[in-house]
Amino acid sequence: MKRVYVNEKWCLGCHLCEYNCAFAQTGKEDMALALKGKQIHPNIRVEDGDNIHFAVNCRHCDEPLCVKSCITGALSRDENGVITIDKEHCIHCYTCILSCPYGAIVPSEEGAIQKCELCIKTTQGTPRCVAGCPNNAIVFEER
Amino acid sequence: MEYVIIGNSAAAVGCIEGIRQVDQTGGITVISDEKYHTYSRPLISYLLLGETTEANMYYRPADFYKKNNVTFMPGKTVTAIDPKAHQVCLDDGAKISYDKLLYATGSSPFVPQMQGLERVKKQFTFMTLDSAKALDKTLDSSTRVLIVGAGLIGLKCAEGIRHKVADVTVVDLAPNILSSILDDDAAAMMQKHLENHGLRFYLNDSVQQFTEDTATLKSGAQVPFDVVVLAVGVRPNTALLEEAGGKVNRGVVINNKMKTSLPDIYAAGDCTRSHDISSDTDRILALLPNAYMQGETAGINMAGGKAVFDKAIPMNAIGFFGLHIITAGSYTGKAYTKIGENTYKKLFVSDGLLKGYILIGDIDRAGIYTSLIREQTPLSDIDFDLVFEKPGLLAFSREKRAQILGGAK
Ligand SMILES: Cc1cc2nc3c(=O)[nH]c(=O)nc-3n(C[C@H](O)[C@H](O)[C@H](O)COP(=O)(O)OP(=O)(O)OC[C@H]3O[C@@H](n4cnc5c(N)ncnc54)[C@H](O)[C@@H]3O)c2cc1C
Repeated sequence: MKRVYVNEKWCLGCHLCEYNCAFAQTGKEDMALALKGKQIHPNIRVEDGDNIHFAVNCRHCDEPLCVKSCITGALSRDENGVITIDKEHCIHCYTCILSCPYGAIVPSEEGAIQKCELCIKTTQGTPRCVAGCPNNAIVFEER
Repeated sequence: MEYVIIGNSAAAVGCIEGIRQVDQTGGITVISDEKYHTYSRPLISYLLLGETTEANMYYRPADFYKKNNVTFMPGKTVTAIDPKAHQVCLDDGAKISYDKLLYATGSSPFVPQMQGLERVKKQFTFMTLDSAKALDKTLDSSTRVLIVGAGLIGLKCAEGIRHKVADVTVVDLAPNILSSILDDDAAAMMQKHLENHGLRFYLNDSVQQFTEDTATLKSGAQVPFDVVVLAVGVRPNTALLEEAGGKVNRGVVINNKMKTSLPDIYAAGDCTRSHDISSDTDRILALLPNAYMQGETAGINMAGGKAVFDKAIPMNAIGFFGLHIITAGSYTGKAYTKIGENTYKKLFVSDGLLKGYILIGDIDRAGIYTSLIREQTPLSDIDFDLVFEKPGLLAFSREKRAQILGGAK
């Protein structure tokens, strides 16, 4: 399946992917209007070190520990391999946060959890984080 | 191929999904003494809390049995297993034949002997949807509830009912609350939080005698009550398998393919004995993720595939009144501690490996710690100071990151 892959040496640490992710979640037309003055809650997060930057989001694992561990059944893997969250069903126990080896699942403001769903519920096509990356530091492809 | 599963919870669902990865046509029969579509057991406290509804408690969608071509037999109890004849007997006299059997009977509340308990009219355990509904019926704003047991189940129950009753008192023999998952300092922090939300504790104490409406504690304290909830602990349901001649050592003994000592019989979930790799000991791990993964492994093997589950560790994610706890592994070795206001972090290191951790409040990216325990990653391979400060992939080598994030083999 196509996933978001990281080319670490190309990452500038600009954090634009985080803004594009947050923007995609709003479903709005204008990024500045959608995000101005708001704290963003992206599903992709850039880690910064000394001259190292890279983005981390859900790996959509073939053996997803989060899905297997979910105590309510709110997390599932769809027919294409995308791991999605049913926020209505989630009870925010955070067993998925306990389970994800990459730290790619975070609490959400609505009292559930949130994670990358490869934009299948929002903009579809190429995930917005990848589409907006200025330096090909993240790509959407099969590997 | 005919598969039969006793039980209809996390381990059973894991087994069905495991079987169907390998065998899409064999018949699967699920027998359950509970009458419900598979539901998430931990949600019973959220039901009382009003954060979910009975209709929303399903562990898998409504079409789950149909989609997986499962014959579901709710409200039936298996009374015996005949391993020679490859049959199980039901309470209605029916006999059902199997080629492969999964024993996934879970656990039952353990109720210790307590003087005068038989005189208490409104007494409940807290394990099933039926028990939660029965308890709920007795509660109103004047009810005084006494909970015996300050473990995960007792305190989840307390959280679930606190808003609807007059008061909730919790008694436990142990000096600390949540003694199976917290150390002294963490337990003290959580206890304060729970007291701030109106729970009252008698620790290091126990009920010496019940009358109809009052418990006299060993310390001499008198606790008047209307309702008692017994949540001292759970015990694996092993009797049927033991009677059939299977090996049991507190829990059902299984190998890493989830096979029992009896031919063609597998077991998974709370009824089994697990091997905890963080302490290298065998123990009962009554945890939902463990039940699912054991069940899935059993299912794959029952259907002729190959799978092992050999990475069991204790792990818990649990919140009370908005304060979250995540813990995993065993608390042995050198402790690295960082305590803030309403946050608590302790990592335990020995033999160059992360063995366990306790987090309260700030639980961000906790799974990175869990993974270090589960994968037994040598801490010399990572920047431990960095990962202790803030769990992240920055603490790993570039090569490791290229595998995780770049798909490198
Ligand atoms: C209030 C509460 C909160 C919890 N919270 C958490 C949590 O936050 N995280 C976590 O990891 N775990 C939690 N747990 C534990 C979790 O629910 C169990 O680990 C999990 O349900 C185990 O699944 P299982 O399939 O092994 O067995 P069970 O869920 O116990 O199911 C076994 C089923 O088999 C049936 N059965 C038994 N014998 C027979 C028979 N002879 N014939 C027919 N049917 C039979 C039983 O009635 C039962 O329905 C909680 C438990 C409770 C009670």
